[in-house]
Amino acid sequence: MTTMPETVVPDTGPADVPPVPSGGVRWALVDGWTLTRRAVAHWVRDPAPVVFSLVFGVLIVLMFGYLFGGAMRVPDGGEYREFLMPGMFTMTMLFGVGHTAQAVTADLDRGVIDRFRAMPMSSAAVLIGRAVADLLLSAVSLAVMVGVGLLVGWAATGSAGEFAAAIGLILLLRFALSWVGVYLGLVLTGPSAVFGAQTLEFPVAFLSSALVATGTMPAWLGVIADWNPLSSTATATRDLFGNPGVGGEAWVTQNAVLMAVVWPVALLLVFFPLSVHAFRGLRG
Amino acid sequence: MGASGDAVVVAGLRKRYGGKNGGGLDGVDLVVPHGTVCGLLGPNGAGKTTTVRILATLLRFDSGRALVAGFDVAERPDQVRARIGLVGQNPAVDEVLSGRRNLVLFGRLHHLGAAAARARAGDLLDRFGLSDAADKPVKHYSGGMRRRLDLAASMILSPAVLFLDEPTVGLDPRGRAEVWQAVRELVGRGTTVLLTTQHLDEADQLATRIALLDTGKVVAEGAPGELKARLGGDRVEFVVRDRSRVADAARAVARLGTAEPTADPDDRRVGVPVAAGATALVEAVRLLDAAGVAVDDLALRRPTLDEVFLHLTGRPADRVEVRK
Ligand SMILES: Nc1ncnc2c1ncn2[C@@H]1O[C@H](COP(=O)(O)OP(=O)(O)OP(=O)(O)O)[C@@H](O)[C@H]1O
Ligand SMILES: [Mg+2]
Repeated sequence: MTTMPETVVPDTGPADVPPVPSGGVRWALVDGWTLTRRAVAHWVRDPAPVVFSLVFGVLIVLMFGYLFGGAMRVPDGGEYREFLMPGMFTMTMLFGVGHTAQAVTADLDRGVIDRFRAMPMSSAAVLIGRAVADLLLSAVSLAVMVGVGLLVGWAATGSAGEFAAAIGLILLLRFALSWVGVYLGLVLTGPSAVFGAQTLEFPVAFLSSALVATGTMPAWLGVIADWNPLSSTATATRDLFGNPGVGGEAWVTQNAVLMAVVWPVALLLVFFPLSVHAFRGLRG
Repeated sequence: MGASGDAVVVAGLRKRYGGKNGGGLDGVDLVVPHGTVCGLLGPNGAGKTTTVRILATLLRFDSGRALVAGFDVAERPDQVRARIGLVGQNPAVDEVLSGRRNLVLFGRLHHLGAAAARARAGDLLDRFGLSDAADKPVKHYSGGMRRRLDLAASMILSPAVLFLDEPTVGLDPRGRAEVWQAVRELVGRGTTVLLTTQHLDEADQLATRIALLDTGKVVAEGAPGELKARLGGDRVEFVVRDRSRVADAARAVARLGTAEPTADPDDRRVGVPVAAGATALVEAVRLLDAAGVAVDDLALRRPTLDEVFLHLTGRPADRVEVRK
């Protein structure tokens, strides 16, 4: 080993390895952000998922806005399109669960996850990267939907502050649902299982006040729908946007803004640790 | 087990995969001293990848003990991860990103600053001959380029212990030589390497010691020379020019041997195990000359690891095709 040629291997020899690996919350967030940027770089190289997501948002606003625009009765006599728009925004966030699950499953199939797992990184960072990237995409998608909504005649009559709060609640729900998607992507193996999970989004969406007022449902279904986290966000944002159809006597409906915070936080508290645990458990 | 101990210590490591007569590890014992290269050799399904994945904290095991860089793999995986590099059997790089973006990404995740990560990526791309393709997506890389990128990614910080799982599969001779050179340089800087391979010449080239793995167990262990010596040491071998003289030639050199000569009339090859190396070679020339037998390719040779392998496991080593 005496004739070793000069190399570019830098001074960071084995002895320089930090004695304590860089775990902790700070690095989980920093590394998570690094991996968010990886996901964004993927979208730049291959924009198809972004395009689909944006087109889906536009289509759903136009379809529901025009197809059903005049067809339904709103409890306090408002226009159905006004009622529908916050529901559309909320429902689209739910449909993001399947996308997130799919992205996680696809990532696990890639060898690169093995490298991440063998590195001194927080186990949460890979998942945080995914959740934040999907949040960013949803924010863009939501902006486009709001824009299209405004173009087709939807209007928010609340203050700017209330408008911002409504957007915040929708994105909070999306972030919480991302962790449901992350968890499903980790525990469901194979694309067919993820497809099954996506199918389940429909009953969850329809059993809420996103599309119809829960008062028009059979009583017991109405109760379930009232307590659907989606309903809390839909109702709270209707309230904040100043759109019609907020009505409903149930406590959970009366306190929709509170519940639109409580539900996502509860989902996060359950699915974040479950996801991190499942990610660690990949060591078969 | 402190910094002065061995880089890798494995004792009684067992791992059963679920499923039918599932494979796994059946009590692997292995010690790799600091700064050495251990070649883990074995046929398909022997458990090489399983061993490496366990040591790299990617896989749980059922029982036994494994220490890497002084830390227990099961109890302190975080400490182990901070000290290892891994080149898995399948490239673990991002297919969508460019080679440069990959290395910068891994550099950032090793907590290098932005500028340091970029500089390090540039160095490594140069070092592995990837500069020309640095900004192309990895999915357009050849198998060899992908391997080299993978290797570069595991060397972002020179790791204390580097695991290489069949690192030169699919590489052309030049690519293999580059990988070997990179490994030697890392070893020169104090990195310990555990290398699995089916190329016996690769183990011969790089490894200080070799462990032979078969059906989840280490069946032989030692320096390459020691393993070869177990097959009875040197042999004098030659090819007889005239097919009809093969038997005469074998008879002529018989008294040199420590065992009966082998003679194969088909390829006219005669071999005899000898004790006294070079002297035996000179003596063989004299005896053949006296018997009037003309020969080609007269040589003293040591058994290859292929032969050791065949001898110890009863099967030839499965060779992996090198592409093209
Ligand atoms: N995920 C798995 N599930 C079930 N069995 C597995 C799994 N991975 C490996 N095995 C089995 O464990 C045994 C050892 O496999 P391993 O991959 O460690 O062998 P290897 O020596 O690396 O082989 P190769 O030379 O083909 O890479 C084999 O019998 C294999 O079939
Ligand atoms: Mg293998």
